[in-house]
Amino acid sequence: MKYLCLVWCEEGQFEALSQEERDQIDRDSLSYDQQLAGSGHMIAAEALQAPANSVVVRVRHSEVSVTDGPFAEAKEHIGGFILIEARDLNDAIRVAAGIPLAKLGSIEVRPIYDFGGQA
Amino acid sequence: MTAGHGDATHPERLLQKQIEDIYRAHSRKVLATLIRLLGDFDRAEEALQDAFAEAARTWPSEGIPRNPFAWLVSAGRFRAIDHLRRQVRFAAAVPDIEDSLYREGDDLEIGDMALIEDDVLRLIFICCHPIIPADAQIAMSLREICGLTTEEIAHAFLTPAPTIAQRIVRAKNRIRAAGIPYEVPDKAELPDRLQHVLHVIYLVFNEGYSASSGAEIVRSDLTSEAIRLCRLLLTLLPDPEVSGLLALMLLQDARRAARRGASGEMILLADQDRSLWDGERIREGLAIVDGALGAGTLGCYGLQAAIAAEHVRAPRAHETDWRRIAGFYDLLLAARPSSIVELNRAVAVAMCEGPAAGLAVVDAILASGELHRYHLAHAARADFLRQLQRFADARLAYETALELCRQEPEKAFLRKRIAELGGQ
Repeated sequence: MKYLCLVWCEEGQFEALSQEERDQIDRDSLSYDQQLAGSGHMIAAEALQAPANSVVVRVRHSEVSVTDGPFAEAKEHIGGFILIEARDLNDAIRVAAGIPLAKLGSIEVRPIYDFGGQA
Repeated sequence: MTAGHGDATHPERLLQKQIEDIYRAHSRKVLATLIRLLGDFDRAEEALQDAFAEAARTWPSEGIPRNPFAWLVSAGRFRAIDHLRRQVRFAAAVPDIEDSLYREGDDLEIGDMALIEDDVLRLIFICCHPIIPADAQIAMSLREICGLTTEEIAHAFLTPAPTIAQRIVRAKNRIRAAGIPYEVPDKAELPDRLQHVLHVIYLVFNEGYSASSGAEIVRSDLTSEAIRLCRLLLTLLPDPEVSGLLALMLLQDARRAARRGASGEMILLADQDRSLWDGERIREGLAIVDGALGAGTLGCYGLQAAIAAEHVRAPRAHETDWRRIAGFYDLLLAARPSSIVELNRAVAVAMCEGPAAGLAVVDAILASGELHRYHLAHAARADFLRQLQRFADARLAYETALELCRQEPEKAFLRKRIAELGGQ
């Protein structure tokens, strides 16, 4: 089964770290990505830019509206994600617990909806 | 585990299927041994996944090793050590853990079959450890020993997957925090702990055989898993109570196909089409019971199996030897007094001596304040009253049973009985 591990970060949390600490997290994250590739769990992983760089798109009455993120004032935002293939929810939880950023923020494990097509 | 390769050439697909078969056959044993070697559930599960990923990478070119089990255990262990080395943050702890991983010498223990079989036994005892809440024991057993996924367990118990997942995570935390040793209890402790393990297996079976709620009478996946688990336990730990439980489950499960009608309604033992009973399971169950009767080694599960055996021995319902059944219930009551056993004994007594005798026993049980919330006690009482032609009292008793009953097919059965009383 596929699961999306969403990495939730608190605003300013990452910025509050020293450069050295940030470098360490980057190294650990890359190394964990490699480990997940080796164990066959990894499908895709990306880090996201700050929410300040995001826009929100809506279509209402056939009209496209683009605004700054209404989530800008939210205290937590998604800092990145890892899409994995895991045996089951507990396997996915184990993988999520190993994500280095789990020590700083929190990881939401979301099962991917299975439309029942291909396995 | 991994998505299929749509355009894979035939031999590759064949190999992938072989690896999947090996996963099914060996993954639980590999996991059990890795838990012993690595001393931690999660680290072992990670190593197990790594080992199979490694197999998927190297077996296509190198072929399937002669002893896949030993190969997977060493690959898993090697990868676990590798991960520990890479985790530079914990550099200080690595030598200790590495020492413990190599403690018993290199490949020595992998080849020791007795120790490996004990690994599965250790896993059973740790999943059913009394420190873990009962619902978590069942979930752990089904996942770690039977290899069901969290989602499958959640589906079987009509519980959301996150709830089951949390139970399992908490149970593992508890095992870690309490430092529960990964071992088979020693002789002095074994009987108590074994009873506990058997109880968990029987709970799994019962959830499958008579689901506590919901529209399905039987969840055959759970009954099959319980039987498989008990068979495994018996090969590892031959004990009369283990074989007794296996016989009991086989003889009950043998009647599975006859327990419900075309529209899913419940069919009572007396009305079942006995030709639908599973002859293979009956033969196996009866052989165990007869062996135990001959050896005089009937424990509580063995006695219940002996009762189930009497039912399947009768070619037709009215040929059932109820006196013998009542006798087994007497022995069972002496071994472990319980109101439910008394209630069942009441039914056997009524079959020998008539409904008035049965009613007297059930009334005595209900008067003691026990089982007054148990729908089957009221259903049995209602049956006796109906046979005594006290129809108004029977209707009241069926209605009480209906109120207390949570299982849809049983409810339908009780409603039918009430409807049959209609004109009387």
